[in-house]
Amino acid sequence: MKKWKCALSLVLAISLGLVGCSGGAGTGQPAATQGETSGQEGGANQPADAAKSTQDTLIVGRGGDSAALDMAIVTDSESTKIGQQIFETLLDYRDGTTEVVPSLAENWDVSEDGLTYTFKLRQGVKFHDGTDFNADAVVFNFMRWHDPNSEYKFEGDSFDYYNSMFGPPDNRVIKEVKALDPHTVQFVLNKPQAPFLQNIAMPFFGIASPTAIKEKREKFKEEPVGTGPFMFQEWKRNDSITLVRNPNYWQEGLPKLERIIVRSIPDNSSRLAALQAGEIDLMEDVNPDDLPLVENNPDLQKFTRPSFNVGYVGFNLKKKPFDNKLVRQALNHAVNKEAIIQAFYAGLAQPAINPMPPVLLGYNDQIQDYPYDLEKAKELLAQAGYPNGFDEEFVFYAMPVPRPYMPNGQKVAEALQAEFAKLGVKTRIESPEWAVYLDDVQKGEKDHIFMLGWSGDNGDPDNFLYTLLDKDTIGSNNYSFYANDEVHELLSAAQAETNPDKRAELYRQAQVIIKEDAPWIPLVHSTPLLAGKANLKGYIPSPTGSESYMNVYFE
Amino acid sequence: MAAYAIRRLLMLIPVLLGMSIIVFSIIHAIPGDPAEVILGEKASEESKQALREQLGLDRPLLEQYGIYLQKLLSGDLGNSIRTRAPIADEIVPYLAATLELTVASMLIAVFVGVNAGILSAWRQNSWFDYMSMLIALIGVSMPVFWLGLMEQWLFALELKWLPTSGRMNVRDPVEAVTHLYILDAMLAGRWDQVWTVLKHLILPGIALGTIPMAIIARMTRSSMLEVMRSDYIRTARAKGMSQFFVVYKHALKNALIPVVTVIGLQTGNLLAGAVLTETIFAWPGVGRYIFDAISYRDYPVIQSGILVIAVIFVLINLLVDLLYAKLDPRIKYR
Repeated sequence: MKKWKCALSLVLAISLGLVGCSGGAGTGQPAATQGETSGQEGGANQPADAAKSTQDTLIVGRGGDSAALDMAIVTDSESTKIGQQIFETLLDYRDGTTEVVPSLAENWDVSEDGLTYTFKLRQGVKFHDGTDFNADAVVFNFMRWHDPNSEYKFEGDSFDYYNSMFGPPDNRVIKEVKALDPHTVQFVLNKPQAPFLQNIAMPFFGIASPTAIKEKREKFKEEPVGTGPFMFQEWKRNDSITLVRNPNYWQEGLPKLERIIVRSIPDNSSRLAALQAGEIDLMEDVNPDDLPLVENNPDLQKFTRPSFNVGYVGFNLKKKPFDNKLVRQALNHAVNKEAIIQAFYAGLAQPAINPMPPVLLGYNDQIQDYPYDLEKAKELLAQAGYPNGFDEEFVFYAMPVPRPYMPNGQKVAEALQAEFAKLGVKTRIESPEWAVYLDDVQKGEKDHIFMLGWSGDNGDPDNFLYTLLDKDTIGSNNYSFYANDEVHELLSAAQAETNPDKRAELYRQAQVIIKEDAPWIPLVHSTPLLAGKANLKGYIPSPTGSESYMNVYFE
Repeated sequence: MAAYAIRRLLMLIPVLLGMSIIVFSIIHAIPGDPAEVILGEKASEESKQALREQLGLDRPLLEQYGIYLQKLLSGDLGNSIRTRAPIADEIVPYLAATLELTVASMLIAVFVGVNAGILSAWRQNSWFDYMSMLIALIGVSMPVFWLGLMEQWLFALELKWLPTSGRMNVRDPVEAVTHLYILDAMLAGRWDQVWTVLKHLILPGIALGTIPMAIIARMTRSSMLEVMRSDYIRTARAKGMSQFFVVYKHALKNALIPVVTVIGLQTGNLLAGAVLTETIFAWPGVGRYIFDAISYRDYPVIQSGILVIAVIFVLINLLVDLLYAKLDPRIKYR
């Protein structure tokens, strides 16, 4: 008995020794409260116009770090999330939409032939380093991206988005960029480009301080200087990026906060724990499964990002019998999208009818989806000459990696496999490694049916319809090998059309044909979920995946 | 001793060369065009060509290796594809973060593990012995990510004693000089932040230290038991020395020899194997640096990251061997 007591007390002593350290820590204030206190202390010396906010620092938690902070050389949204705060583009998107609004350019003129764009620039705007923003700065930035031999293109850098939006060096859309006077910039194009304004508004074309680029050179990508509401302060890689208020920001009373800290917390559960503990104020990428934790917590609120993607099941039109429209239509009737959304997206998605999300220009809301109707499906298969289905087993490629538009590809594929089997369409699910997967579907030799998705790069329908379904893009992103000349003509005409209403009409027509041809089963437009403190106000998530925090404050 | 140390140092050269060859081969083991694999389909032909030139992929293999080695010797680890920054600069904060966490974990693991092992051996077959060996068994088999999440839930969310993740209170940061935040906070004279940095170290330190702690405890116990049976301990006891003195003064020194090896190996493991802990606790260490590089196909970072870890591992082994020789004079004659 004595031995037993002795042993027990030793165990206790050791475990207390362990917990003791933490217990000691606990005698201080909880970390979260401490953090807030210091935030409020800092708030004492903030300017009057921001005094509305009860907390002067916003801490955002996200899954990954930025690649670099020179917007011209990056392609990832984790980088643009920071770029949005530091840089401004000539044009911007209205909050929560992809509609183009003035930003550094106050207004603009487009010539009749769509070849000349003249922008009037906002006056009195300064870069964070104190130099003036003017027409020369705009010309400098565009020439830096445009000229393949620019001396400000540093080793290893490439301006991928400029090339992809405005063509490679031998086939540029932009011919020249001229400063007419200090506050007027003119773009002359080689050929009309309908989404030109939409493209100019992308965060990748944020105007940087020429002086800073010349002085910092390679270092610029780590110490960015723009005109935006927040100025860069410090970057601890994979840990946090700190931005501070731009005291000379041109928009009166903005930004409302003194400081933004963006932390990388890769694990979704840990990030939610950090939000629950008050260590962060706003969290990106909440697991759909964790939604109840957010909704049942009175200290938290949820935010949803407007859907800007499409997840789909594609048919390989190179393979029989999927070259037959009736077969594809039949399988379209065999999908219960609502059930899939409830089962695999926690309800956070809307059924997709067209290959592009409804927020885009020219979305055709008149189109009816193929209803879930197995009888109708059998009828169509019989019409196609296959009343009893097929003897052959088809290869169904299911995504091996989770993506926002397809959180669990294999499970969705299994659900579809069961439905297809009811029609006598037998499938074998395969999920090779992601790089191999993409390679295979691009070649179209192995798969009959595949699943994939797409998130918009800019706010333009061209980036969905042309990129994914035009006959020109077979071999790149048109994995269905869908080639319809009528669609091609409509999409090409839309590319050259500068009148938005006429363009929208062309896209509406294209969607009608695509729906009829059914190269895909459009599955979902998923809704990314975010969460924040209940008293966080003024935050409007953008469909593009990154937005400015300048209007954010705490009530 | 000196001769042994020199011989041991010279043995490093072929080891390091071999490692450099393995690491160099990584990029050539990728199927397909490495430039396209790395940059993805969206990249332009121009940037692919630029990358080929940067990586020297257009030259003969032997020449490429020569250039690679030459660059390594001059401290140039290449540039990251993703961030386009020199890896030699980039990796320093990650190494510091990992070092801080590893030291914290090993301090916890060694202190608790060695003492639990000694006490278990001292009171062999007692309840304490059974309990601590049972805990050690659970410790070895516990998944780190589960332990980490449970710690967060208990100590951060329920008890609110400790922060969930990160390295310091970011609302009130300390300037990074050495990137060892404890040191940085001390240098800045910010004692409150020294305290918060320590608090941030506890949970990941325990999560990462649990497995080595259990291994060290078991190793110490069996090694102690063996030593305690030896003649010189019996003599010491016969001379009427106190039990405490016998255990901690006489037995421990000899019992620790194999334990030192285990500690060295475990430290090396921690350096590389901390990915899960670093992910759960948002700890920006080398493990995550390499892990992220893998998911972004940032091959130069993967290469250099592995090389740096391997070099440290080799150096720790060297240190262990030297320490071993110091503890047991017979070893250097082998």
